[in-house]
Amino acid sequence: MAKLRIPSEANTAAWFFLAPSLALIGVFFFLPVVASLLLSITDFDIYGIANPSNTRFVGLDNYSRLLRTPDFWLALRNTFYFAFVGGPLTIAVSLGAALLLSSKLVRFKGFFRTIYFTPFVTTLVAVAIVWKYLYHTRYGLFNYGLGMIGIGPIDWLGDPHWAMPSIILMAVWKSFGYNMLIFIAGLQAIPEDLYDAAEIDGASAVRRFFSITLPMLAPTLVFVSVITMIGYFQLFAEPYVMTQGGPLRSTTSVVLLMYEEGFRWWRMGNAAAIAFVLFIVILLATLVQFRLQKERA
Amino acid sequence: MGREGEVVAQLLPDFEKEHPGIRVQVQQIPWSAAHEKLLTAYVGDATPDIAMLGNTWVPEFVALDALEPLDSRVASSKDIVRSDYFQGIWDTNTVGNVTYGIPWYVDTRVIFYRSDLLAKAGCPQMPSTWASWRQCMVQLKSRMNDHQYPLLIPITEWPPIVILGLQAGSPLLRDDGRFGGFSQPQFMKAFDFYVQLFRDRLAPPFAGTEISNLYQEFERGNIAMYISGPWQIGEFSTRLPKDMQDKWMTAALPGVDGPGVSLAGGASLSLFRGSKHKAEAWQLMEFLSRPDVQVRFHQLTGDLPPRRAAWNDPVLSGNKYAAAFHEQLERAVPTPKVPEWEQIATKIFEHGERAVRGNQTAEQAMAALDRDVDRILEKRRWLMDQKALQ
Repeated sequence: MAKLRIPSEANTAAWFFLAPSLALIGVFFFLPVVASLLLSITDFDIYGIANPSNTRFVGLDNYSRLLRTPDFWLALRNTFYFAFVGGPLTIAVSLGAALLLSSKLVRFKGFFRTIYFTPFVTTLVAVAIVWKYLYHTRYGLFNYGLGMIGIGPIDWLGDPHWAMPSIILMAVWKSFGYNMLIFIAGLQAIPEDLYDAAEIDGASAVRRFFSITLPMLAPTLVFVSVITMIGYFQLFAEPYVMTQGGPLRSTTSVVLLMYEEGFRWWRMGNAAAIAFVLFIVILLATLVQFRLQKERA
Repeated sequence: MGREGEVVAQLLPDFEKEHPGIRVQVQQIPWSAAHEKLLTAYVGDATPDIAMLGNTWVPEFVALDALEPLDSRVASSKDIVRSDYFQGIWDTNTVGNVTYGIPWYVDTRVIFYRSDLLAKAGCPQMPSTWASWRQCMVQLKSRMNDHQYPLLIPITEWPPIVILGLQAGSPLLRDDGRFGGFSQPQFMKAFDFYVQLFRDRLAPPFAGTEISNLYQEFERGNIAMYISGPWQIGEFSTRLPKDMQDKWMTAALPGVDGPGVSLAGGASLSLFRGSKHKAEAWQLMEFLSRPDVQVRFHQLTGDLPPRRAAWNDPVLSGNKYAAAFHEQLERAVPTPKVPEWEQIATKIFEHGERAVRGNQTAEQAMAALDRDVDRILEKRRWLMDQKALQ
């Protein structure tokens, strides 16, 4: 049997070519990750900046204390709420919009595509401020509309029960355009003759959707849901701008909590621990999605 | 920082004229970024000679050992006369009896109120005790509809709760800042008073975000009293229409049995330990602290000066809205001087909000607050035990 041997010179050359990217990844990715992992087992804070000897190694204390902090569980709950309600909702809305825009009956497709995509490319802070006006209890457009049909004013951002739904509504509006474009691309890749054949066989529109469109879209759907989920687990800017995590912390996400710990209170050890917990959560959620997809296939 | 950073540049030509050979470089940073920027500068050994610090930051920078003690310089200075400063304001700049900052401008909270509405409700003057204040609010409420409230205190602000606590004689923290003292009787008394204002619908349970235009609400009589700071004098004067101008007034805060204390806030000038030009920097601090320069600074910014001499200037003594601040500044007290204060303050309103919204009783909220505060102060206790502090 012939043995495949890579000559050592080629090896060196390969390393040489890889070196720049490896160095960049090493310095700007792996090093910080290792550093923050180390940070997460210390109580490094403002006193530690003053004098390094004021930093204690605390082992897994940051993690165990985190698990005993009600605020952390609340933040985790809020984040899951946002991801598991907002995520599927975004996907459903963007799929719906994509189906409508792919329909042969719709005119001015380019115009609507642009309109639906606009929120996605608009600065989030500007969007959030405008939505804050829309949500205003007394003078906002939403409550004005509800008032016309006789429904009492809702304190959208001030009521702990409504605040998260309000944020979700805004986030769905803001981000469905991007997923919609991906779905449109996915829909265009489905061969037309499949539909023709199904129609001849007498399949209804609903049947065609579930038996052709959805299975053929499956890879796109997985991609979109993983990307959306990862993005939604990192919820930060919406509550940061609109509610500062309130009322009653009902919109504080894990990332917002991490930001507060790290950059408002300078408890870097704690913040690093939160970051790693979030990393594990996102990793698990992604693995579960891939597993579900495999089982279906 | 902020507007002050822009304005100080206009004062500097005079300083440079008086001190040829000294050139001042001003770097403006927005308030929101200032704290982080100064901390980073400290870590990177690139601190400025002088910086303006929010006076609640002073303890934190003292913990970092970043600031120069100023007592000996003050003692030999002609321009900076300690006894001329409002005592409570000066006090915010001392940690363990050492002075680390010179007050530059002050900030305290007073009441802005609709004098016409109060008079109609039977309180010709702003009451000075809690009981009469509450009575006045009840009378106001009886003349109002459901959407109108006698008093506005945003429930996402900590100063009102803390002020009431200080008025009731609470030290806020106990054992030299080792533990929270919020479930102690003094603070409980204040907190009960606070929560009851919302329970009796004398104040709306609003976060700041529900009020989109405070001045409009004030003008429409939807709010009759509002606790706020000096920057609102300018806002009320320009944003309220002309015919409203004789219908609002400011008053010092009521207290438990008579005029009450308020918070000593504001900003200070501090000298950094790492500075290579301490003598020159001190000259600039002396210049900016002179009463005549402070009056000019007030005219440019609306910020209130920390020295009594500056308040004698007609610009200030002739301003009827400023008089309440003058009175209040004589009764201003600092918040506990621990580096963790800002974080504790946030916890105070979070737990306050829980009680106001009725999710918890006042006792539960304050017990939970103490638990949180004790946890925040754990490191401080450890350091104090290690004698690393002081």
